[in-house]
Amino acid sequence: MSHLQAAAVKKIHEICDRYVNDKTPLMMILSDIQKEYGYIPLEVQELVSERTGISVAEIYGVVTFYSFFSLTPKGKYVIGVCLGTACYVKGAQQILDKFSDIIGIKPGETSKDGLFTLDALRCIGACGIAPAVTINGKVYPKLTVDAVPKIVEEYKTMEANA
Amino acid sequence: MAKINIKIEGIPFEVEAGQTILQAAKACGFEIPSLCAYNHGECSQGSCRVCLVEATGARGLVASCVYPVAEGMEITISSPKATAARRTSVELLLSNHNKNCQQCDKNGKCELLHVAKITGARDDMYQGEQTPVTVDKLTPSIMRDTSKCILCGRCVARCKNAHGLGILGFEKRGFNTIVAPAENRSFEKSPCILCGQCVSVCPTGALMEVSEIDKVDAAMKAGKYVVVQTAPAVRAALGEEFDMPIGTLVTGKMVAALKRLGFKKVFDTNFGADLTIMEEATELLSRIQNGGVLPMITSCSPGWVNYAEYNYGDLLPHLSSCKSPHEMFGAILKSYYAEKNGIDPKDMFVVSIMPCTAKKYEKDRPELSVNGLKDVDAVLTTRELGKLIKRSGINFVKLPDEEFDNDIVGEYTGAGVIFGATGGVMEAALRTAAYKLTGEELAHVELQEVRGFDGIKEASYTFAGTTVKVAVAHGMKHAKVLLDQIRDGKSEYHFIEIMGCPGGCIAGGGQPYVKPCFLPNEDNDILDTFKQKRAAALYRADASKALRASHKNPQIVELYETYLGEPNSHKAHELLHTTYAAKEKFAD
Repeated sequence: MSHLQAAAVKKIHEICDRYVNDKTPLMMILSDIQKEYGYIPLEVQELVSERTGISVAEIYGVVTFYSFFSLTPKGKYVIGVCLGTACYVKGAQQILDKFSDIIGIKPGETSKDGLFTLDALRCIGACGIAPAVTINGKVYPKLTVDAVPKIVEEYKTMEANA
Repeated sequence: MAKINIKIEGIPFEVEAGQTILQAAKACGFEIPSLCAYNHGECSQGSCRVCLVEATGARGLVASCVYPVAEGMEITISSPKATAARRTSVELLLSNHNKNCQQCDKNGKCELLHVAKITGARDDMYQGEQTPVTVDKLTPSIMRDTSKCILCGRCVARCKNAHGLGILGFEKRGFNTIVAPAENRSFEKSPCILCGQCVSVCPTGALMEVSEIDKVDAAMKAGKYVVVQTAPAVRAALGEEFDMPIGTLVTGKMVAALKRLGFKKVFDTNFGADLTIMEEATELLSRIQNGGVLPMITSCSPGWVNYAEYNYGDLLPHLSSCKSPHEMFGAILKSYYAEKNGIDPKDMFVVSIMPCTAKKYEKDRPELSVNGLKDVDAVLTTRELGKLIKRSGINFVKLPDEEFDNDIVGEYTGAGVIFGATGGVMEAALRTAAYKLTGEELAHVELQEVRGFDGIKEASYTFAGTTVKVAVAHGMKHAKVLLDQIRDGKSEYHFIEIMGCPGGCIAGGGQPYVKPCFLPNEDNDILDTFKQKRAAALYRADASKALRASHKNPQIVELYETYLGEPNSHKAHELLHTTYAAKEKFAD
């Protein structure tokens, strides 16, 4: 707890207090914190626990159940490879493997330089453009394995020039 | 409650509306195979699918533990369809279960093995993914083994219901799902109070006490002067390990068994309880008369002390500085008793038989030692004592009654015995406090106001013009109410008794398991009544004693006259008092 800055503590309390009248406020609170900070480490969960009376184990359970929540900071660019049925039969696994090879991280991990996070997603509802990949919300339709190196390179170049 | 008509196996019955099929069937004399604690609110709502039955009006088979009975419903337990479905449910549970049953300490009290037997589950019917295994044996009190866990959630519910804590929760998803403290931490690195309530409800060997039988064996083998003391609550429950009815008082047989097990001396922790009362009542009156920190809170329960150190570090000055009774007794055995009997305290090995898993942790606290010697060397639970007796070829039920040793220590009063039930420490302390204030014995020593199982009890007594307002709480959920009052400056009490486990030590985490499936001769409501039955045994023991107040114990009087001086004297503080320190909840 001691690692958190006073401003962050205040913000998290404020988020908790938004839902005091909700019967089941936890999902909303965690969702807001995830959006605000990009991840929900244990010390933040402790803070939520103290404010709401929900046990840390229960909060941790919810955070680890839903892939939307993250325990560690995500990279600057979050690559989401859809592994839903339509994308999968169109070769999404090979695309995921290619991203994994080039960046050197497994699905769920973040690169050491903090640039990329690679996520394997369940169906994102874009079956018509399978296989689909999203990077920070931008959709890459009907992607091929061969196109993957170029995309990664684009982001690296963009970062180098920034 | 309204009555409705149903049929079970074609036989008409009138049952209470609103009951589940499982409850109704039990009331009608049927035992549907189930893993359920009979709707005690402590399982995860029918997810194990073991208690499936056919019921008219339902689509498919229904889980009888959650499905309510309805007017005209016809229930079939024994049909081939229901029988096969129950067997499949158990086989699926077994497919992800570590089946080293012979080595498992829960064998004999394992509800999964029991239900596997009665459903006729076959071995290795389904092979597939297995949950990753975590074994946590880092605390001296309780261990967790996920390879035995069937994710029923009873432990999760018990921790919340008893304490409002929720140390354990479900983590991750799919085959990776485990029940664990946050981050799959050890209990040691979480704010677990080690009370063992989760152990007492776990149907399998996933949660168990850490056994210290080996330590006792080693001390015996090394030729140490091994003495044993037994807590009050043990005598009210040990008989259950030998299929005796719940609430049977087995003091004499327990002593006889311990003597046959080779202990040099068999003492009653109640002597320590009487000593605790002398110190604690004196401390209380001193705080009241000298403007000390009030309310003072009892410190006998190690689960409660753990809770205070994790959650109420700011209120630690309210805790009595008294060590718990068995620790006090250990300190006296290794000083006074050793001196008087010419025993080198270094050769002495003190074993405590306790209804408690947190006592195992307590005895390892560095502050609970004198001159580098631990007050107590090993703690066995009531269940472990049962194992020790069975292992040693003793027929417990046929033993004669024998008496505790009480040469210069070990004598006890009725006040010591009732420590084992919620309100007992308070009642015992008040008996002595009243005498100290008025110079006269209480006319009626049985203080009914602090007895019973209400979560919070309160009373007010006036002795010689001094009014003492008291409160009693058991289970941390109830204790929290009183503690928050203190924190907010709104507490009106002088003295508060807090015990960790709901009901007090009689229902401690080290007591014999109360599992209806293994207790066919007990009443259907045994989960609701076992605490009363065990407590009643202790109150009977109190009533049978001629001396019922700690200050009347002649050996305690002599101990003060010849060795300690006064209660709370310098010598008494050195041997009988301790300190507390706030703890970080999730230490790195």
